[in-house]
Amino acid sequence: MSIASVPSQNTRFTRILLVFRDVVSRPSGAIGLTLVVAHLVLALISPLIVPYDYKTMNSALMLTGPDGTHWLGTDHVGRDVFTRVLLGGREALLVTGVATPIAVIWGGFVGIFFGLVGGRIDEVMMRVVDAFLSLPWILKMLVLIVTFGTGIEVLIPTLAFFYGIPVIRIARAATHDVVARDFVSAARARGHGRMTIIRRELLPNVLDTLMVEGAMRWSWMLLAFSSLSFLGFGVSPPTPDWGLMIADARGFMSFAPWGVLGPVIALSSLIIGINLTADALAKALGIDRAQKAPV
Amino acid sequence: MTTPVIDIRDISVGFTAKSGATLPVLRNIDLTVAEGESVGIVGESGSGKSTLALASMGFLKRGLRLLDGSVAFSGKDMFSLTRTELEKIRGGELALIPQNSGQSLTPTLRIGAQLIEALRLHSSVSASEHSAKAVELLGQVRLPDPKAILSRFPHELSGGQQQRVAVAMALAGEPHALLLDEPTTGLDVTTQAHILELLRDIARERGMAMVYVSHDLGAIARVCDRVVVMYAGEVVLEGTTRQVLKTPAHPYARGLLASIPRLADHHLPVALDGRPPAPGGAGAGCSFVNRCLLAQDRCRAERPALASLPGGALGRCFYADNAVELSLTGTGTVPVELESDGPPALQLDELSISYHQPGLFDNLLGNVETRVATVDDINFTVRRGETLGLVGESGSGKSTILKAVAGLLAPAGGNITFAGSEILAPVVEDRPPEHLRSIQLIFQNPDDSLNPRQTIAEILEQPLRLYFGLTGQALYDRCVEILNRVRLGGHYLDRLPSQLSGGEKQRVAIARAFAADPKIVLCDEVTSALDVSVQAAVLDLLNELKEKQSTTYIFVSHDLAVVKALSDRVAVLYQGRLCEIGPSDQVYATPSHPYTEVLLGAVLEPDPETEPTLSADDVVELYPPVRGCPFQRRCPRKIGSICDTETPPWHRAARGHAIRCHQGIDDLAAAQVVQAAV
Repeated sequence: MSIASVPSQNTRFTRILLVFRDVVSRPSGAIGLTLVVAHLVLALISPLIVPYDYKTMNSALMLTGPDGTHWLGTDHVGRDVFTRVLLGGREALLVTGVATPIAVIWGGFVGIFFGLVGGRIDEVMMRVVDAFLSLPWILKMLVLIVTFGTGIEVLIPTLAFFYGIPVIRIARAATHDVVARDFVSAARARGHGRMTIIRRELLPNVLDTLMVEGAMRWSWMLLAFSSLSFLGFGVSPPTPDWGLMIADARGFMSFAPWGVLGPVIALSSLIIGINLTADALAKALGIDRAQKAPV
Repeated sequence: MTTPVIDIRDISVGFTAKSGATLPVLRNIDLTVAEGESVGIVGESGSGKSTLALASMGFLKRGLRLLDGSVAFSGKDMFSLTRTELEKIRGGELALIPQNSGQSLTPTLRIGAQLIEALRLHSSVSASEHSAKAVELLGQVRLPDPKAILSRFPHELSGGQQQRVAVAMALAGEPHALLLDEPTTGLDVTTQAHILELLRDIARERGMAMVYVSHDLGAIARVCDRVVVMYAGEVVLEGTTRQVLKTPAHPYARGLLASIPRLADHHLPVALDGRPPAPGGAGAGCSFVNRCLLAQDRCRAERPALASLPGGALGRCFYADNAVELSLTGTGTVPVELESDGPPALQLDELSISYHQPGLFDNLLGNVETRVATVDDINFTVRRGETLGLVGESGSGKSTILKAVAGLLAPAGGNITFAGSEILAPVVEDRPPEHLRSIQLIFQNPDDSLNPRQTIAEILEQPLRLYFGLTGQALYDRCVEILNRVRLGGHYLDRLPSQLSGGEKQRVAIARAFAADPKIVLCDEVTSALDVSVQAAVLDLLNELKEKQSTTYIFVSHDLAVVKALSDRVAVLYQGRLCEIGPSDQVYATPSHPYTEVLLGAVLEPDPETEPTLSADDVVELYPPVRGCPFQRRCPRKIGSICDTETPPWHRAARGHAIRCHQGIDDLAAAQVVQAAV
């Protein structure tokens, strides 16, 4: 693609490296990335390190408080909360980890398409998108889940579909911004084909926005997944899941708060981590508008 | 002696770099502005002129710190005042008029509400008299029908009118001093001239002090008593306007003046090579040493102090005496004239372009009557190897015509003929590769025309791969060759546009156009986003490329002097219609079309002795008139109803010079007031 004989200081790789360094150098990026990486690593290795079996019930140990043997106490059927917190993010990370890229890709693709087509079709489609976004998400999602069931094979496409719709708007807006710029006109005037213009002029400029958008979508999707679990439409027991654990333990919250606290801290630290990382990424990529605001 | 209104003592302002070092943006600046005095601050972008002006309000942009010195306004130390005390002064006794007032007015509030707010906060006028006072203020800034303006929203006003509203708001607090930060940049020449006259009169009437920040020496010459020339964050020359503009004793000021194209010149302006040092990069010696024609060893080792010069001015140069010898206008290259034989390079026949397309509601309601075309009745030919300049104010359709030639905008009617016989397809997608290659377009702003995510190599590769199918070593060699031709080296290849200066970016854009080996290059305001010294270099480069490659240019600009410098022939446009076309020396001389006369009259020369002639008002028209002469509504030489009803005929003079007016050439010549420079 680029000229081979030149030692380049601006390859795609060096850019990624520079952006990464910038993200890490910001406090929000450093904290956020640490949290996210810690969660991912724990999710991967937790089955190997958990101290107890997650589904063994023990009626003698119902709702005991935290101590040396059960760090976060036990739940209402005597299962170790710490074990279940460690394992509780696996399902959520798997589902959202697959669904987020799908959402960004399909939403991005459609958004760029409408952004390029423009005119009346674009206008009409955006109203359809608006109408769709105006419905409460949980309602839309429940309709599909109630119809098709609650397995991963339903949850992933459902989440990917609904969370791709707002991406359409973002991708379309970013496309509009880029298409109006002179370098796109210049490429047109030179006589480049439409696909070349999209690939070489448009995509590199839209991808930054999509990346940040993807990170934000990921955190919202995690929240949505946990909410579904909380309502009983996500993971089925006895598989540990934060949302489900909160739902199960909330009845005993007044005298056994550890059952809620563990999964809440785990879930919020992951979501905060993702948000901080997205924030730092946006600043590193220079697409954060708030940064340019006057004093 | 009374206390000066603004008294800046030895201030230094800087910021902390990522490395931890403190880098200065302003270095040891002294500036006093007496009551009723207007002081101009000039310099290239990045010289710190805006920072200095804002510092006199006690304001520094985020990240900047006051390192040393003090700023006093009417005896009060601005940097030790509390927030509430500052709020009282700013906008009241000391008012700022920013560059783009359109952006500083609140878009959702009516003009009246904004003016009354300013009155409420900063004046002693009682609430019951606010609206009357607002009308009075709008009248003072010479806005027609002030009462009607009160109920308008900012977007309903033209750029010039918005600027006037900003002036009115600044006057609401009865200020002692006005700070103006490039107040006319981005306005049309005629509007600019009118606003400057207004500011001049207001300052005189009220005895206000003014600090006028601008890169435009022409504007400075018009309104300022005293001028401060800034370079790399320090004052290099200070004196009366006459001293600075007529006998400047600093090589930088001389170079800057020589780089300004003038109507009277027959040559290109002289570029000031190199670029100013980055903050903190000035070293131990004189900050200008690397670009100076007179640089000696001493200049490298020691920083000159701001010393008194014989005439009373202050200059920061060891060799001020020698500097006076440098030419003020320079002896720039005379633009090349190529032989123009054979078929014309480009011919436009009856070209018309319309932006207005009936919308859904128009169709539903049956409103399909078409509006008057934006650009209409354009006929001209461009000979091979010729440079045709297109001039006119914003909205005159000059860029629109270029877009139609480039195929980016389909004309509503008419033909564009290339190389004498080949009719160009209206849209670029239908044109054969040969046509695409032969016509290249260079845009106004390189920040927008170069993809920020591509390296210079990737940018230059595109035309080379597309038109010539080059790959590998041949492609690389060609890229280096092209970069050398625009006086950049091969080491630029792996940089990104954001790592280049404005002038370098525009060179890359020019290189990309010339990579196609084009026959016709369309230049759309290619120098208007650049500093004057850089503009001169770009003009010089365009001239050199033309000579080497026998290119034909269509050169669009709103700056008449720039067009004059480069063009063989000039076409003057108003409201999308041609007014006059002919050899440039003849168009710029008498006799000319009334509109050309108005335009030429409004040009500001960097010379305090010249004065603009304002012969028409600066009302901006949004649509061309349905019939008659396009200039009918503003024409100072209107002869009667014939101008409103009939399209004027073309009068032909010698050497292909033609004027479209109801008055004959002889009548126009007799009526001519402006003795335009030849």
